[in-house]
Amino acid sequence: MDLIVFVLASAMMLVGAVGVVTRKNPVHAALSLVLTLFGVAVHFVALEAYFLAAVQIIVYAGAIVVLFLFVIMLLGVDKAEDLRTEPLVAQRWLAGVAGLGLLGLLLVAVARGADVLTTRSEGLDTATDGASGDANIQQLARSVFGDYVVAFELTSVLLVVAVVGTVVLARRRVAGAA
Amino acid sequence: MPAPTTLSYLAVAALLFVIGTVGVMVRRNPLIMFMCIELMLNAVNLSFVALARELTDIDGQSIVFFVLVVAAAEVVVGLGIIVAIMRNRSSLTADDLVELKG
Repeated sequence: MDLIVFVLASAMMLVGAVGVVTRKNPVHAALSLVLTLFGVAVHFVALEAYFLAAVQIIVYAGAIVVLFLFVIMLLGVDKAEDLRTEPLVAQRWLAGVAGLGLLGLLLVAVARGADVLTTRSEGLDTATDGASGDANIQQLARSVFGDYVVAFELTSVLLVVAVVGTVVLARRRVAGAA
Repeated sequence: MPAPTTLSYLAVAALLFVIGTVGVMVRRNPLIMFMCIELMLNAVNLSFVALARELTDIDGQSIVFFVLVVAAAEVVVGLGIIVAIMRNRSSLTADDLVELKG
């Protein structure tokens, strides 16, 4: 059962990822991204990260992809681009080689970690508390608001900076003022 | 039927990361490049969550939480830049931006 879920979610994730890279139309690419994000969310549920699965759907699929679609529609670039011509000579070939090399390196690194990770742990001790979803949220809350409360406060500063910066960037300049 | 191991999660995450990397290298549309960066961030998030479960340590999930926040901020700023650039141009290609001038 776990294996079926894993295979299906991985297939969703990878098909969506390939779609993001290969789709000509940016709207289709954004919708493929939703498929990938849902696949990752399914993985999160399987890995007992229930809160992060919900946040993944709400923040990524709900907010970020909608923001992408907003900008695509706003700029009117929702036309299919021509992907047959290569803008730079041998760019795709080199990108493929670099990608395969990176994949090889990552898989070797993962395989080298195999002997460290062979002891299969019982997972986070969420199941012992009865309601496993609540226990996951409680643990995460203790970690985020306890150990990492300074980092959490800094993210609020980061978000304010991002909002102010975007408003300044997107503001239409008054004629003569700039 | 065997349960999927942490290694299989890490391998899938590596594959997702590589697809995102190749996308950034191949595509010339800045919006698509941003989506590919999101793919890479998701791959890293998946590795973090898999290892958090493997090592019985909730800190891996906390980091994913912060990555989500930073990704949201990054998308907001990046799309703002794209909108500001597109106001003066008609086509949307990263090759048009070689001069870093408006």
